[in-house]
Amino acid sequence: MTRLRIGRNRSAGLQRPPAAILAIAAIAIAFFALPFIGLLWRVPWGDAWSLLTTPSSLTALRLSIETSLWATALSIVFGVPLAWVLARYGFPGRRIVRALCLLSLVLPPVVGGVALFAAYGRRGLLGDSLFDWFGMRLPFSTAGVVLAQTFIAMPFLVLTVEAALRGLDRRTEDAARTLGASRWYAFRRVTLPAIRPALIAGAVMAWARALGEFGATITFAGNFPGRTQTMPLSVYLALESNPGQALVLSVVMIAISFGVLLSLRDQWLGGSSTSGGSR
Amino acid sequence: MSINAQFDIQLPEFHLAIELALAEGEVLAVLGPNGSGKSTLLRALCGLQPVDNGKILLNNIVVDDAELATFVLPEQRHIGVMFQNSTLFENLSVLENVAFGLRARGTKRVVARANATEWLERFSLEQFAQRRPASLSGGQAQRVALARALATNPDVLLLDEPTSALDVRAKAEIRRDLLRLRQQRPVTTLIVTHDPLDAFALADRVIVLEEGRIVQSGPLDEVASHPRSRHIADMVGLSLVRGEVRDGALTTASGARLVVPADSPSGPSVASIRPAAVSLHRAEPEGSARNAWKMTISDLDRHPERVRARLNGPIPLLAELTPTGAEALALNVGDDIWASVKASEVTVTPDLGS
Repeated sequence: MTRLRIGRNRSAGLQRPPAAILAIAAIAIAFFALPFIGLLWRVPWGDAWSLLTTPSSLTALRLSIETSLWATALSIVFGVPLAWVLARYGFPGRRIVRALCLLSLVLPPVVGGVALFAAYGRRGLLGDSLFDWFGMRLPFSTAGVVLAQTFIAMPFLVLTVEAALRGLDRRTEDAARTLGASRWYAFRRVTLPAIRPALIAGAVMAWARALGEFGATITFAGNFPGRTQTMPLSVYLALESNPGQALVLSVVMIAISFGVLLSLRDQWLGGSSTSGGSR
Repeated sequence: MSINAQFDIQLPEFHLAIELALAEGEVLAVLGPNGSGKSTLLRALCGLQPVDNGKILLNNIVVDDAELATFVLPEQRHIGVMFQNSTLFENLSVLENVAFGLRARGTKRVVARANATEWLERFSLEQFAQRRPASLSGGQAQRVALARALATNPDVLLLDEPTSALDVRAKAEIRRDLLRLRQQRPVTTLIVTHDPLDAFALADRVIVLEEGRIVQSGPLDEVASHPRSRHIADMVGLSLVRGEVRDGALTTASGARLVVPADSPSGPSVASIRPAAVSLHRAEPEGSARNAWKMTISDLDRHPERVRARLNGPIPLLAELTPTGAEALALNVGDDIWASVKASEVTVTPDLGS
C-alpha cells in the first residue's frame, strides 16, 4: 500500500518533524502564549486609554524611556571598549575579569541592587567620596535608576559585541594598518562598521533589558514617583491598587518588547545574516 | 627601496630564522609549503609581527630592531601589502577601498577618489567602482586589492599568495597586471607563493623556505633544475619550456615541437612538465604519447625511493622514475634514451615576460 507523492509536496514528509515532537513543541508554544493571551483578555479595553494617560502612568513611561536610553548610551560607551579588551587582549586573569563583568547577567537583580548599595550607597565603598567630591547622591535618585539599569543591561551588549569582535577576520584590520591607518582610524573605518549589526543588536537587547529592569532599581533607587518609579515598578504597585492600570501598562511593555524582538529577527539576527556578526 | 633583514621570530611551536637582502626594484619570490613561515616573514616585514632577535632595515633605516627596541608601526612603513584571499573592506565600495590608504593618510576625499579612479582604470576595473566587494569574483577582488595596495605609491610591495584560490584565467590576469606594473615602475617586491609559476612569471630570484628556514636561494631556473631537497624538487622541480603556442603545439626558439592540450591559448607561453610525467624508453615509443624525443642522459640522481634523470636534447627535461623502473632500463650517464610526455600532462601558461 505505497502512496505516491507527486509534485511540490513530494518531499514534505522528509522535513516534517515526528508527531510526538510536534505535540510537545505545541505545548511549549502554548505555555509562552497563554499568559499574554490571558493578559489581553483581562485588559479593560474600554478604559485602556484613560488608564494609560493618567499622570502617574505617563510619568512612569517617560521616566522609563529616559533612563533606559541613558543606560543604553552608557552601555555602548563603556561596553564596546570593554568587549574590545576582552576579545583582543590576553592578560592574566582575563577569564575572571570577564566572568565578573558578566556576573549581573545571571545574578538575581535584587542582589545586584544590594551590591550597588554596598559600593555607591551613603555608607558604601564610594558613597562618601562621591558626595564629598561631587555632591552626588546616587541612591534613590534618577541617576541611581540609570546606574542600576546599566549594571544589569550592559553585559548583554558586551557579550554580543565581544562575540562579533572574535569572529572578525583580523587580517582586514591588518590590511588597514599597512595602508597607513592608525589604530584608531582602522577601528573607526573598518572594525566598527564590521561589527555594527552586532552592536545594534546588543544595544537593542540592552535597552529592552534596561526598560524592564525591576529588582536592582527598586532596591538601589527606591520607588519615588517621578524620580525613580519606572514602568515595571508602577506596574507592580498598581497591581494592588488599580489592577486595570497594571494590565494596560503591561500590554504597553509587552508591545515594546515584542516589537524589539521582531525587528531584531528581521534585520540583525535573521537567517541570511550578511556578516559574521553575532554567533 | 632596499630591504635588509636578518632576524628570528619564535612563535609557539614554530621558529623562523631569516636572512635576506633585496636591492631596489628587485622582485623576490619566497616559495615554501604551508606552514613554512612565509606569511610570518611577510608580516614581520610590514610591521604586523615584531622580531624577537635581529633587525629589519628598509632603505638602510632600521624599522625593527630587537636590541635597540626600535619599532616602526605598520602605518608608517609605507609598504603595500596584498593579502591572501580578499581583505577588502566589505562596508566600503570598490572605489572607497582603493581610496582608503590615501584617506587614512589625510588626503582630501575628492583627491583620494580621483586617484583611486585612476588606479581602477589602470586595472580596467572602473566599471566596478560603485560595487561592494562581496559582488566581485575572486580574481576581480584580488586585482582591486592590488590596486588598493598600490594607490598609496608604496616603496615596497608584499604579495601574499597573490594567485592562490583563483582559476587559471584569473591567475594569468593578476600576473599580467603585476608584470605590467613592473615595466612601468619597478617596485621592490616580495612575492610569497607556493606556485612556482608565480615565481617564474614575476621574480628575479627565489628563496625556498622550509620549517622556518631558508633552504635554498638563487635564480629560479637554477633552483628548479638543481633542487637541493626532495621537498624543493616536488615544489619547483619542473621542466619549463618557453615558446610560441599555435594550433595545440608549442614551438621553442630552437624549433623543437611540444604538443600541448588542445584548448591552450595561442601566443608566447611557458609549458611546465612534472618530472614524474616523463616516461623513458629504450626504443622509440609508439601509441598515445605524441611527444617523444631522443635524448641523452646528462645526470642521474639516485635516491632510495626515486631516481631523477636530467636529459639533454631538443627539449631539456627532468624525468623521475622509481628505482625499479630505472633498474629495468639500466640507465647510465651518457646513454641515449627516448623520452615521452602525454600532451595532457603539459601545463601551459601565457608567457607574459616576452
